[in-house]
Amino acid sequence: MKILVLVRQVPDSTTTIKIRPDAKDIERTGVKMVVNPFDEFAIEQAVLLREKRPDVQSVTALIVGPATAAEALRTALAVGADDGMHLQDDAFTALDELQMAALIAAVVQGGGYDLILLGKQEIDLDSGQLGPALAEALDWPHVGATVKLEFAADGKSFVARRRIEGAEEVVQLALPAVVTADKGLCEMRYPSLPNLMKAKKKPVKVVKAADVPGLAEAVGRVGGTALHTFQPPPARPAGKLIAGEPDQAAKELVRLLREEAKAI
Amino acid sequence: MTNDILVFAEQRNDVVHPAALQLVMPAKALAATTGGKVVACLIGDKLDNAMAAVEKTGVDRIIAVSAPQLGLYSAVRYRTALATAIANVEPRIVLLAATFMGRDLAPRVAVKTQAALATDVVELTISGDGALDVRRPVYNGKAFCHVSFPEDRLAIASVRPNTFSAPAGGSGAARAALAYTPGPGDDRINVQEIARSAGAVKDVTEADIIVSGGRALKSEDNFKILYELAQELDAAVGASRAACDAGYQPHSRQVGLTGKTVTPRLYIACGISGAIQHLAGMRGSKVIVAINTDKEAPIFKLADYGIVADVFKVVPALTAEVQRLKG
Ligand SMILES: Cc1cc2nc3c(=O)[nH]c(=O)nc-3n(C[C@H](O)[C@H](O)[C@H](O)COP(=O)(O)OP(=O)(O)OC[C@H]3O[C@@H](n4cnc5c(N)ncnc54)[C@H](O)[C@@H]3O)c2cc1C
Ligand SMILES: Nc1ncnc2c1ncn2[C@@H]1O[C@H](COP(=O)(O)O)[C@@H](O)[C@H]1O
Repeated sequence: MKILVLVRQVPDSTTTIKIRPDAKDIERTGVKMVVNPFDEFAIEQAVLLREKRPDVQSVTALIVGPATAAEALRTALAVGADDGMHLQDDAFTALDELQMAALIAAVVQGGGYDLILLGKQEIDLDSGQLGPALAEALDWPHVGATVKLEFAADGKSFVARRRIEGAEEVVQLALPAVVTADKGLCEMRYPSLPNLMKAKKKPVKVVKAADVPGLAEAVGRVGGTALHTFQPPPARPAGKLIAGEPDQAAKELVRLLREEAKAI
Repeated sequence: MTNDILVFAEQRNDVVHPAALQLVMPAKALAATTGGKVVACLIGDKLDNAMAAVEKTGVDRIIAVSAPQLGLYSAVRYRTALATAIANVEPRIVLLAATFMGRDLAPRVAVKTQAALATDVVELTISGDGALDVRRPVYNGKAFCHVSFPEDRLAIASVRPNTFSAPAGGSGAARAALAYTPGPGDDRINVQEIARSAGAVKDVTEADIIVSGGRALKSEDNFKILYELAQELDAAVGASRAACDAGYQPHSRQVGLTGKTVTPRLYIACGISGAIQHLAGMRGSKVIVAINTDKEAPIFKLADYGIVADVFKVVPALTAEVQRLKG
């Protein structure tokens, strides 16, 4: 079994988001970038399978992003991925999510992968499109928002639990397949310093637009949305602090929720 | 391509998801601009009750794709069925609810039908050039952005639940049925069961009101006071990551960046400090209440109503007051 894990670099979740004066993007200078939290679950799951199952030949980590994104790739390698693929080209920055799926499909097609693991969504644009879109582009089945993955003994099929409203769907699939990770699947181990050093020696292949045959056609078939302006969230009216003893305050809150906010 | 707007009316067990009925309002507004009709598409096995509920929202036409193999959701079967409906209607715009099903299905259908897609949108308009233009939260609600669609291809958008309300009082929609012809490989996802979480408590993604608890609750047992209030309010119980990691509540109840994103009518945060990653999951709530002993807790910056006091005193008093008013 050959596993591919997708990684994305995103602003740290504690970042204060400031919008640029031209409203075309957020301020990016000085923003701390980290591995997308949902991708951490995907990386750990891939490495766990590699460690536990003798039939797992390799784990490759793939990222699409600028030169600085190599750092996120190195984290995946330090946790246990064997090699990396860095899709790095100015031409890639203009792609929307569906076109990104078309690009990645074109790159991994024929690569002999059996399982693609990725996060259910990234926490910058919060799109959540890539997993299902990539599966469709490859004509593979997928499971989204997976919280549990159990392989059959022969390593050819698996049972996954996927989160839905108030329940979990239990689904069975055969490889090849795409699986997107939700919280609960597993927690990524902290990469140790020696492993971070070793990761620097692991092979990373850089892929340019010119290396991807049929890219323009594949990308031209789908998507084409454009982000044009950013705004801060609508301001919330100043809150009311309700004073008094707990009993009194509780009564007053219920009154306000009924009469003023009409929320209950 | 027609000027019609197609709404995917998600259902499970012949019950339409409330968020799917909420799509009809923006669909009608878009149709008024494009000069088209609002067509609802239902996919499943038994659909009578679901179709009746959709009809009440006043859509112009209802298309049902029903087959025994569509009884349970499967990403591949449903994308084939929805793509069939899209080929039949040739709409300009397709709307889905950004539910677990909608988020899973929309990207597959978009690739299959060579469309463009935006997810989790909160505002939809037709721009000067006739293309769809939407607004959606990004950076977990810390900003919003406008997304424009290309004019020359099908536009698909999933809409954030509870952004619009469902219209009522409609009737007389034209009805049609479309056959489901399984595509090659449609049987590759085999849904074995739907495992309900223990107990009949609502999930945070299903509820209009959420009572949520943090580390301050100190034990699973103490969460009982939140469940009592939730029962009176017909609410779901949520929790912070600190509470879930400590084992007070299952991870399925976690609200936040790595938990669930919720947009209820009312969110009551009990003993939750309001860390940025928690706010990421609930800042879209209509009304926010915070109960916390620390008046500097960041949650108060977001709250519409705050009480600086002990949750163990305030929450039971709230429960008693709601009970008293119900009589
Ligand atoms: C990548 C990442 C992802 C994360 N994802 C999430 C997520 O999805 N959801 C999430 O919630 N967090 C998430 N976190 C964690 C987050 O940073 C906080 O640690 C967490 O939200 C804190 O939970 P809390 O408010 O319950 O606990 P605390 O921060 O410890 O707050 C407890 C609060 O209770 C108050 N209190 C104590 N006793 C009482 C009392 N008797 N009565 C009233 N108030 C009282 C205190 O004043 C305090 O404000 C994430 C963190 C990271 C780094
Ligand atoms: N530029 C990228 N490079 C590699 N993987 C990505 C990239 N963008 C998104 N992904 C993967 O796709 C998942 C879902 O992303 P999205 O659909 O953009 O929310 C992420 O969690 C990543 O695992």
